[in-house]
Amino acid sequence: MNFTGRNLTCVRGGRIVFEGLDFDVAEGTSLLLRGPNGSGKSSLLRMAAGFLAPEDGTFGWSNDVPDRGIHSQHIAYVGHLDAVKSAFSVAENLQFWIRIGGGEESASLNALEAMGIGHLADLPAGFLSAGQRRRLNLARLAASTAPLWLLDEPTVSLDEEAVAQLMQLLRHHISSGGLAMIATHTDLPLKPTPLLML
Amino acid sequence: MNTFRAIVVRDMRLALRNSGGTMWVWLFYLLTITLFPLAVGPESETLSQISGGVIWVAALLAALLSLDRLFQADHEDGSLELLALAPIPLELVVLAKVMAHWITTGLPLAILAPLMGMLLSMHPSGFPVLVLALALGTPVLSLIGAIGAALTVGVRRGGVLLSLLVVPLYVPTLIFGTLAVDSAIGELTSRPHLMLLTAVLLGSVTLAPWAAAAALRLNLE
Repeated sequence: MNFTGRNLTCVRGGRIVFEGLDFDVAEGTSLLLRGPNGSGKSSLLRMAAGFLAPEDGTFGWSNDVPDRGIHSQHIAYVGHLDAVKSAFSVAENLQFWIRIGGGEESASLNALEAMGIGHLADLPAGFLSAGQRRRLNLARLAASTAPLWLLDEPTVSLDEEAVAQLMQLLRHHISSGGLAMIATHTDLPLKPTPLLML
Repeated sequence: MNTFRAIVVRDMRLALRNSGGTMWVWLFYLLTITLFPLAVGPESETLSQISGGVIWVAALLAALLSLDRLFQADHEDGSLELLALAPIPLELVVLAKVMAHWITTGLPLAILAPLMGMLLSMHPSGFPVLVLALALGTPVLSLIGAIGAALTVGVRRGGVLLSLLVVPLYVPTLIFGTLAVDSAIGELTSRPHLMLLTAVLLGSVTLAPWAAAAALRLNLE
């Protein structure tokens, strides 16, 4: 299953951010989005997630345009905000998102371990540092069954160990036939990956 | 259905856990009502005449007070984006959040109402209809309020704007609710008023989630 975008145009605040953009993400590959600030990396990801309607152009799965409800179940999105509730414990935060996605709650501890915060499972999430909150947000990916990951600068505020853990998750996802679109400014230690310059 | 229930449970736990977030609403309700005997004077005659209206206005203001956080907290921390990707339509996400809001604010206000009636020396014959009318009317407050909350979700200090948007839409509920209680106290039939309240409730259940979800989609852009 390929995810494609054809002839996409993005207009924000009356200004054309990009136009006539095409891309393909094949099964088992990832696509890195590079470009200066304001070039529309986040907008493209938000469009792919369905939050933002493209001014022109279409997205499709193997050229078949899915309806919004089905499409959203194919997606795991990590944006700039971490969606962490301070009143809940680390495990409760993750368990809620797993439950929403229809997954198995028992997967939560493994997912937390995968991002190196298993020992914090019972801590109220309000006490987490910025990097730990990001790790908690990324732990959703480990428990997700969605084929397409949309990651918007996922390495922000992560330390080296966490970046390595994220790469581990990504490699596993891609080698098992998943897809990923990653907007980033840093060089990720992934094997040669197609680049989309915005 | 699991997703729907998960959202209801999560919002209820958040409301009850967030340093008593909803407890303040109940307290506000109680405080507003206790001000009336002090301001109007302790003559039970006057107080009991206005008691139905006072309880309704206090319930309405208390609900209004709690509405601005309905979607805003989730909008600020990014949860709303992820909820929009949930495997159920955004309309049902809205309905789940409204339901949790009603269970933690509207329903307790209805249950506490006879106590408030006693504070205002309301005739006890009005109590059953008072509770019933509030039980039918408070979900309307949450539902219509959700439209206002969704429209103002991106606005800093949107509380005042929210009130301006929502209060005019609360008027029918307030009128039918108060009339129902007053007619019960006056030993008249309150049936027609309760039926009208039910009609308003059914209308809001079918329309409000769509309107609120549409407003949220705009705010996600």
